[in-house]
Amino acid sequence: MSESFRIADTKDSRVSGRPLRFVFDGIAYQGREGDTLASALLANGVHLMGRSYKYHRPRGVLSAGAEEPNALVAVTRGPGRMTPNLRATQVELFDGLTASSQNNWPSLAFDAGAINDLAGKFFSAGFYYKTFMGPKVAGNWLWTKVFEPIVRQAAGLGARTTEPDPDRYAQFYTHCDVLICGGGAAGIAAALAAGKSGKDVIFCDEQAEFGGSLLHEGTASIDGKPARDWLADALAELRTFSNVRLMPRTQAFGYYAQNFVALSERVADHLAEAPNGARERLWQVRAKEVVIATGAIERPLVFPGNDRPGVMLAEAARIYLNRYGVKVGSRVVIVTAHDSAYRVALDLAAAGVVVAAIADTRANPPVARLIEAKAAGLRVIPSATVTDTKGRLRVSGIGIAAVSGVVVDAPEWVACDAVLMSGGWTPSVHLYSQSRGKVVWHEDRQMFLPGASVQAERSAGACKGSFALVDILIEGYRAGEEASGASGLRAFAVSGDAGIEGGTMGRLPLLPGSKGKAFVDFQNDVKADDIELAVQEGMRSIEHVKRYTTTGMATDQGKTSNLNALAIAAGKLGKSIPQVGLTTFRQPYTPVTFGAFAGANRGDLFDPVRQTPIHSWAEENGAAFEDVGIWKRAWYFPRQGEDMHAAVKRECQQARASAGIFDASTLGKIEVVGPDAAAFMEKLYTNPWAKLEPGRCRYGLMLNEAGFVIDDGVIARMGDDRFHVTTTTGGAPRVLHHMEDYLQTEFPDLKVWLTSTTEQWAVIAVQGPKARDIIAPLVTGIDLSKDAMPHMSIREGKVCGVPARVMRVSFTGELGYEINVPADYGRSVWEAVWAEGRKYNAVAYGTEAMHVMRAEKGYIIVGQETDGTVTPDDLGLNWAVGKAKKDFVGKRSLIRPDMVVEGRKQLVGLLTDNPATVLEEGAQITAASAAPTRTSALGHVTSSYESPALGRSIALALVADGRKRMGETLYVPMPGGAIAVKVVGPVFVDPKGDRVNE
Amino acid sequence: MLLIRCPYCEMERPELEFRYGGEAHVARPLDPMATSDDEWADYLYFRSNPRGLHAERWRHINGCGRFFNAIRDTVSDKIVVTYKAGEARPATTGEIA
Amino acid sequence: MSDHAVMMASRRGPLHGLSLPKGTDFSLSEAPHAARFILRGDGASVAAFGPAAPKPLQGSAAGTRTALWLGPYEFLLLAPEEDATTVEAGLKATLPAGTSSLVDISHRQIGLVLEGRLAARCLSAGCPLDLALAAFPVGMATRTIYLKTEIVLWRQAETRFHVEVWRSFAPYLVGHLADALAGTNGL
Ligand SMILES: [Zn+2]
Repeated sequence: MSESFRIADTKDSRVSGRPLRFVFDGIAYQGREGDTLASALLANGVHLMGRSYKYHRPRGVLSAGAEEPNALVAVTRGPGRMTPNLRATQVELFDGLTASSQNNWPSLAFDAGAINDLAGKFFSAGFYYKTFMGPKVAGNWLWTKVFEPIVRQAAGLGARTTEPDPDRYAQFYTHCDVLICGGGAAGIAAALAAGKSGKDVIFCDEQAEFGGSLLHEGTASIDGKPARDWLADALAELRTFSNVRLMPRTQAFGYYAQNFVALSERVADHLAEAPNGARERLWQVRAKEVVIATGAIERPLVFPGNDRPGVMLAEAARIYLNRYGVKVGSRVVIVTAHDSAYRVALDLAAAGVVVAAIADTRANPPVARLIEAKAAGLRVIPSATVTDTKGRLRVSGIGIAAVSGVVVDAPEWVACDAVLMSGGWTPSVHLYSQSRGKVVWHEDRQMFLPGASVQAERSAGACKGSFALVDILIEGYRAGEEASGASGLRAFAVSGDAGIEGGTMGRLPLLPGSKGKAFVDFQNDVKADDIELAVQEGMRSIEHVKRYTTTGMATDQGKTSNLNALAIAAGKLGKSIPQVGLTTFRQPYTPVTFGAFAGANRGDLFDPVRQTPIHSWAEENGAAFEDVGIWKRAWYFPRQGEDMHAAVKRECQQARASAGIFDASTLGKIEVVGPDAAAFMEKLYTNPWAKLEPGRCRYGLMLNEAGFVIDDGVIARMGDDRFHVTTTTGGAPRVLHHMEDYLQTEFPDLKVWLTSTTEQWAVIAVQGPKARDIIAPLVTGIDLSKDAMPHMSIREGKVCGVPARVMRVSFTGELGYEINVPADYGRSVWEAVWAEGRKYNAVAYGTEAMHVMRAEKGYIIVGQETDGTVTPDDLGLNWAVGKAKKDFVGKRSLIRPDMVVEGRKQLVGLLTDNPATVLEEGAQITAASAAPTRTSALGHVTSSYESPALGRSIALALVADGRKRMGETLYVPMPGGAIAVKVVGPVFVDPKGDRVNE
Repeated sequence: MLLIRCPYCEMERPELEFRYGGEAHVARPLDPMATSDDEWADYLYFRSNPRGLHAERWRHINGCGRFFNAIRDTVSDKIVVTYKAGEARPATTGEIA
Repeated sequence: MSDHAVMMASRRGPLHGLSLPKGTDFSLSEAPHAARFILRGDGASVAAFGPAAPKPLQGSAAGTRTALWLGPYEFLLLAPEEDATTVEAGLKATLPAGTSSLVDISHRQIGLVLEGRLAARCLSAGCPLDLALAAFPVGMATRTIYLKTEIVLWRQAETRFHVEVWRSFAPYLVGHLADALAGTNGL
């Protein structure tokens, strides 16, 4: 029974004669080139395409477009290439397409979860709220033991794949003069106008083909041509404009500030063979002007059994017929409140489909419609309502009753295999609303329409409430001209257009005592009863009703349901629609893949991975790396068989015994230059700088204005007007920003300029008693002798023949140098230093050994010993604060009452009673071994290591009044019991500091 | 993403190039040590946080690097005017857009 | 100090071992080594370097030397590598004392040259500026961003851009540009 619902002659449709094979739920079918998955399934007589979210009711396709709530499918294209929740109405068929329905087990036709349908009361409005907000204990128990397992297994939409997505997703910014969103009649007319102006135009439409409703318009003609011929000519004309970018398969899904509009382009999903390039492209468009031409969406009618497969939107049936050559049934009943469904009836009848009846909810359908129907031999039932429908997996009959006043007569049952409904049309004001425009309720037309423009945009066509084709074209053209600054009206002659009257919202009149389920939100399974119940239980605003019932909160965001829900709530409340309100239209208009949002920003390209010039050497020599911000730093250099612990121990011991070589290139560096350089440094650092001689270095401490330590580093004076400032690795950009801030806004008269030199210099630290011996053979032009170049000095010369700044500094407590060479030379100079170092059994060490050795010396690390609330005094660094200085950033704050109060936490050392115990960093410290609960901790451990130099564990900590507690025993409570620690000074190795002066 | 006119580049540039810098025209006292604890705390911690027009600092950090000031409507998120650091706050109507 | 042990160190840049996209629609190459300086302070100082002081958002060239405007009182000076010493000595001798700052940043960043029909498109994968010729004409130069890295972008011709990027961010930028090119299928 291949394609038994395809009409014989498809020459007027958009499908070709080329057959395509595809598989849906494991069954092989045939479709045509030009089909969507939905049209191909319908051609094979398949309406059942999904199960509903909550009740697992069988659902057929409702629509033919992006608004589809029911026919959600997963398309699989190989490992990692599974996309769930796609609308079958938008999935373009290709040869070999494999798709499956969702939310069903074990099969679509027999779904065990449908038991939820029988337990309907259980899931009524407010289910989630009642469950979560119920009496605490009962609620928790009910939730975790009863509801959650059921809901998790039964509810939800498609599953995701767990494999990485192998596809490529591209992102581009782009700019244009005019962006036209929507490729129907209004959009085409706008593009013609804007294209002629010569302005740069982007014209996008979500579908594969431009044309919107013109693609299935078989009756109307424009300018004397059949609508479809006119469309073809218009598109041909547009393609001649080099200034118009035509973007099919591109959904404008989000409208943001200042005409920033996000488009999602499906590049490859329609192709049998995925290309090497992008599967999707996210376009971030900045448009000078926007034309919104997004059309309107047909509204379902709300009657019992309106969700049975085979019940669908009327115009969708016409789209399937005229565009895809597919009959949605062989015997249909039309239920309508709007003229447009008469066109559907006429087209179907002409194609040989039995139209058993047109049930019109209106008492007096327009005479013109009645004449058309009569001429085609069709029966019209006015003042009609639907009492219920029949059929299990497909509708088989419908009960139609006449309504007189408020009385619903007994129904007449009409056999059918499809019910085509139309409640009228809802303008798609989503993009307008996202642009922050306020929609306005038009009581006479029963529509929300765009109000004043907040951004440079205008709506045209059905999205603005214009439904006559001639109006749509004129309005579109005018919008295109206005957006492109052109003028010159164009007339359009249209004939054969359909009627545009009618429409209803809310539920149709019911038989007394009717028990059938009348659905409002198909995707989230919200019934008319649920909305009425929500109102009855106290919900007053549509925002409450929405969250209480979840109406409009599914992936379709209520495109087909919001107005019906609103009307039902308003009716129940006895209020007008605007009084009840309209929910927000949020981005995205239709779901967008995570891939599109991620773009290329994943894996290795997620963040910059900053590597030093010496990185490659460390890699070749087996280093383990750690992330420090976005830098990769050599962490330790394990030798064969060594774990981290052993490697770090060896590195520390050997550095102190001979020398260690360390890549310090990540340190931030700023060149501060100008006649007022010293004056500026006096302001930005706590220390005095005026008298620091060129060639000397000083440890600098930086505070924020609140008096807290934010950075530190060694600062060298290169000359009267030049400082070489170093910062912490992570602090470099922050410090430069902080300095620029004060320089530009508080001290703009200072003649000083800042330049980042972080990446100009590779920095090789050589630390240990043999440091001088190791570097000496490589250095020219510098006297390295103890007296000529004392601790904390800097000299310019050459190392390995390249210009270098050599600092004599130490972060280990040993004799040490830091060689700065231009970065490209870094690796080569490192290799030379390494070769010299080998002669002394020197080691390369990483950041872990660096941390251990500095902790042995009690040197702080900003961000480890500090947390943004620590003052210089807390750290015992008052010696670094220039007492005589009149002002520096943070100085005034240091004498605020809270900063000098007793009991501030101060930096101390801790020694565990058991030397083998290494404390956990971050662990709290208490006075008692079993501190009662709700007592405050005295402080916390900031750094903790096993010290190779001491052969035992050491720790640094911030402890209340720590300096007064020397020798006291405190406790570190841990799950296995409190650990006793003795408070000691923070310097564990060479407290007198002799070694740095060797 | 907003477009922000940099008064130094004299050009509208994408928000991504800018960094926000808090309320504008909060001048650091010329002699901080002469301020009272309350005055200093006010300078450090207290800001106007208006509903409506707000003078604030921005830096074109990934552009020309300069700090400048902007009047932004905190209700509509629209930047009404931008001006160079050191210039007086331009006259703007105080209405909420 | 034993001079005999001193060898001349060799250079290795951040793109060592990476391959760059080459094609007619888009090709990416590393600019030759250059002497680079940041000159901050009085714009008139630029004249001592060679080119006239560039106007805001512009580059200015004289012979082999180029000055790019980065901000008020901030210029990037580019010269052939071999001119490094003469540039520095020359400027230091000429600039009035105390009016500016000159800092060598030759190794801080590298130059990339993007050429081809898709050069602007690939840049627009990460740079939010309007790169249409009318909005970003030949000769325009500015500091901006490309995704998570800062760049200096200078348009040398309709389909040719020079980009400066800090060295440790260069592999990230190159990786993204190659990825962007791969996402231009059909464009
Ligand atoms: Zn700027």
